[in-house]
Amino acid sequence: MPLEEKETPSECRRSSSEGPALSEWMRAAEARLMELWELTIWQARELLQKGELTSEELTRALLERISNVEPKIHAFITICGKEALEQAREADRLLREGKRSPLLGIPIALKDVLCTKGTPTTCGSRILENFVPPFDATVVRKLREQGAVFLGKTNMDEFAMGSSTEHSAFGPTRNPWDLERIPGGSSGGSAAAVAAHECLGALGSDTGGSIRQPASCCGIVGLKPTYGRVSRFGLVAFASSLDQIGPMTKDVRDCAILLEAISGHDTKDSTSIPVPVPPYESCLEADLRGMRVGYLESSEAEGLDPEVKEAVKRSLEIMEGMGMELIPVRLPHMAYALPSYYLVAPAEASSNLARYDGVKYGLRCGEEEGLMEMYLCTRSLGFGPEVKRRIMLGTYALSAGYYEAYYRKACQIRTLLVRDFKEAFGKCEVIVSPTSPTTAFKLGEKLHDPIEMYLSDYFTIPVNMAGLPAISIPCGFDSRGLPIGVQIIGDLLQEERILQVAYALERTLDLEKGSPPL
Amino acid sequence: MSITREDVEHVARLARLRFQEDEMERMTKELGSILEYMEQLREVDTTGVEPTTHAIELFNVFREDEVRPSMDVEEVLANAPGRKGDTFRVPKIIE
Repeated sequence: MPLEEKETPSECRRSSSEGPALSEWMRAAEARLMELWELTIWQARELLQKGELTSEELTRALLERISNVEPKIHAFITICGKEALEQAREADRLLREGKRSPLLGIPIALKDVLCTKGTPTTCGSRILENFVPPFDATVVRKLREQGAVFLGKTNMDEFAMGSSTEHSAFGPTRNPWDLERIPGGSSGGSAAAVAAHECLGALGSDTGGSIRQPASCCGIVGLKPTYGRVSRFGLVAFASSLDQIGPMTKDVRDCAILLEAISGHDTKDSTSIPVPVPPYESCLEADLRGMRVGYLESSEAEGLDPEVKEAVKRSLEIMEGMGMELIPVRLPHMAYALPSYYLVAPAEASSNLARYDGVKYGLRCGEEEGLMEMYLCTRSLGFGPEVKRRIMLGTYALSAGYYEAYYRKACQIRTLLVRDFKEAFGKCEVIVSPTSPTTAFKLGEKLHDPIEMYLSDYFTIPVNMAGLPAISIPCGFDSRGLPIGVQIIGDLLQEERILQVAYALERTLDLEKGSPPL
Repeated sequence: MSITREDVEHVARLARLRFQEDEMERMTKELGSILEYMEQLREVDTTGVEPTTHAIELFNVFREDEVRPSMDVEEVLANAPGRKGDTFRVPKIIE
């Protein structure tokens, strides 16, 4: 598949400082009618650069917010208060010296799957409970160099395997909109932290929907970039051919800012794509009239909630009202994406997780009884049930006698999926679907039925299988007041396009979101 | 293709995982129902279809084989669960 970037027909404009209703929120923020933690990244950036707010002030406000709501939400595994304040003071010094960078002094959170030098990185697992990486992931290094402030490491399903954050060895995270419900997963900690205003933005990782599905459940924006757009160096591997790191934010503009900051080629990741990074933020506004928007002709996923279906339909009507042309598209092999994903991803995981053997880092037990006992004891004690299930499934799918029937078959279906999307993108520029078939479900509801849990990634998984970029933005609420997300899928390296569509839709929808009742 | 208890024991050995009696039973049941779900893949005719392992084209990346600074030994060993001098300590491997 060619990797050159397609021409973007729209004109890119450098964004002016006046975003939507700038003066209004600026006055509110100055008059302290608005809490500092309610700011978006771009709003905080304006205030920091104008010298009307210090990063230390902002960081203190967020740390206070964290200590107030964490007992209810549990979005973080590690909170780095002291380090964050040091980073904030350094950012303030640089700001005073006149240094400008979009993220200078901006407090964010990192999913605990990203290696942070000197700060524990657990992956939500007992096996890495005491692991302190000796290096930074490339995305972490990039953000550090741009002066971002790291508030802490967020909770997740163990090794990013799950759709509810209930599979964390450190206890579940709760959905800020309803504490009895899951925040989605596996980046549930990052999603809940953004929704509960515990950080201005966060990074997550997405192997089959782990950024988009929690973004949808928590009413925030989440983007999975094209495979290779963002370096995976220092991202603890789950399924290497599917994993991508991406932004999780309060709005689309913030998403563009954070994506721009982490994207780009990296010599430490041979799968990262050597093409320049477009200025995503300044390209947000575009004339989208006449643009062809694909929608799935038969999006009858098992268990698609009628309220979700209705909300997505409304978004499509809005897009049509904005002058975009709706085109029905078919992905004939879409229904087979989920079963083939659950062979490909566990197969890769079983291989990637073979490294947890108690030798060089992580948990070790049973060594007195010899080598084999050390392996068995370390891995059986260190991994939780879902991780074991997937290692078993993957090992089985790769084992002698089953490889052809399972793993190879799944990879062939992956080819058919890639072809389906290629054909669909011959007819339209973006494809719109629900992000997840339902809104947030209750804690425990799907914990003991793996396939039920897997189905919440029905619409997101095909995108990873084909390596495409996709964004989820809030598009409404169900009758229980729970957020609904709509997914916009783009062709390879068309992040710009999906951001433009998302930005336009977000502005037109203009949801009266408010904040979760905390 | 149903999975038997013996299959699960075999795979567990390959994966270096140990299960208690009740866990083994549950795992056999769960893997059985997951694999049953996978059976639908057989409906798809994949005759002559090349398998995809990566959605984008991959290239080998080469560089000169030159000596470059590497991580400090102390840093490398800082997370070691067992250490002896400048090495990782492990149980005896060869009798």
